Amino acid sequence: MDFLKRIFGSGNENSSQKAKDRLKIVLIHDRTDISPQLLQSLRMEIVQVLTKYMDIDQEKIEIDLDHDEQAVALVANIPVISIKRGSIEFKN
Amino acid sequence: MSDLNTEIKSSSSSGSLARVIVTTSGKGGVGKTTSTANIAAALAKFGKKVVAVDADVGLRNLDVIMGLENRVVYNFIDVIEGTCKLNQALVKDKRVQGLYLLPAAQTRTKDAVNPEQMVDLCNQLKPEFDFIFLDCPAGIEGGFRNAAAGADEALVVTTPEIPAVRDADRIIGMLESMGKSPIRLIINRLRPNMVQDGDMLAKDDILDVLSIDLIGVVPEDENVIRATNNGEPMTMTLDSPAAQAYLNIAERLLGHDVPLMDLESYASRGLISKIKKFFSRKRH
Repeated sequence: MDFLKRIFGSGNENSSQKAKDRLKIVLIHDRTDISPQLLQSLRMEIVQVLTKYMDIDQEKIEIDLDHDEQAVALVANIPVISIKRGSIEFKN
Repeated sequence: MSDLNTEIKSSSSSGSLARVIVTTSGKGGVGKTTSTANIAAALAKFGKKVVAVDADVGLRNLDVIMGLENRVVYNFIDVIEGTCKLNQALVKDKRVQGLYLLPAAQTRTKDAVNPEQMVDLCNQLKPEFDFIFLDCPAGIEGGFRNAAAGADEALVVTTPEIPAVRDADRIIGMLESMGKSPIRLIINRLRPNMVQDGDMLAKDDILDVLSIDLIGVVPEDENVIRATNNGEPMTMTLDSPAAQAYLNIAERLLGHDVPLMDLESYASRGLISKIKKFFSRKRH
């Protein structure tokens, strides 16, 4: 039976599943290969939003995309100097 | 165009402006030019007025795929530079009514033309045709940008292999950011029996990762090679699986609801695949 399997090529693991898994990971990486300009404008807009609510140390902000084998995360480290009084409570 | 000859002057059959479609892929060798030639010929057979523009300056091939290489005199760079009139550069296909080729220059490079000139060229062609196909070179550089600039819609060709699908993803991203719509996918050279055996990416695997609309699946078919040898697009004459797939794509471009071919039935025709099936069934 083994030699028949070999002849008819059905002995291998299903290679299309492997192709699909590899492709997904390659595309995750390709799609997150974002330009420094895009990251810079993302950073500026995040700062704009945050400064409405708190004082942040704009010099020490770190924003980056972190990817491992399976997924991507936006990792931000933003030191807060002080929270503006009243900004946390909802108005109205 | 007042300077077009009488045959071309008859203008598009619908009387409105042509739809301009770029055929592209990123990766080379996946069947862009074959797809362009076959879909263009099919639409002409359906009574549309179609021009296939070879946008691959320096590495032209649409002329040989269509079998019109001996009739090329001028090319679209000549038109842009004013060396000849548009009607002098258009090659009329004598086998199918309403089918034209606008060749690329073979002895020039891609930077002989810029995106604005390409848009201008398309605008000159638009009132005269129902469909304009721009057959794009491989790659994401100037040649792609030129071809894509003139188009409204896009057909992205891929094969069921990682490198081709990856490049298609990149191209789709670029076409989206250029505002092309609709962008639709052709999966070319699919081998139904390999898909059945789990050794080739299936249609749904590819659509799943690319999240894009499908316009057709073309099975691997030896007739593609015969057709190229003969210089005659399959959709003109041949009754073959790939020809049928391209005819279906042309119909879908016209807005007709044509179901996908049953490729599995092609897969199970051969004796070997029947024996294979028998053994793989026993395994599970």
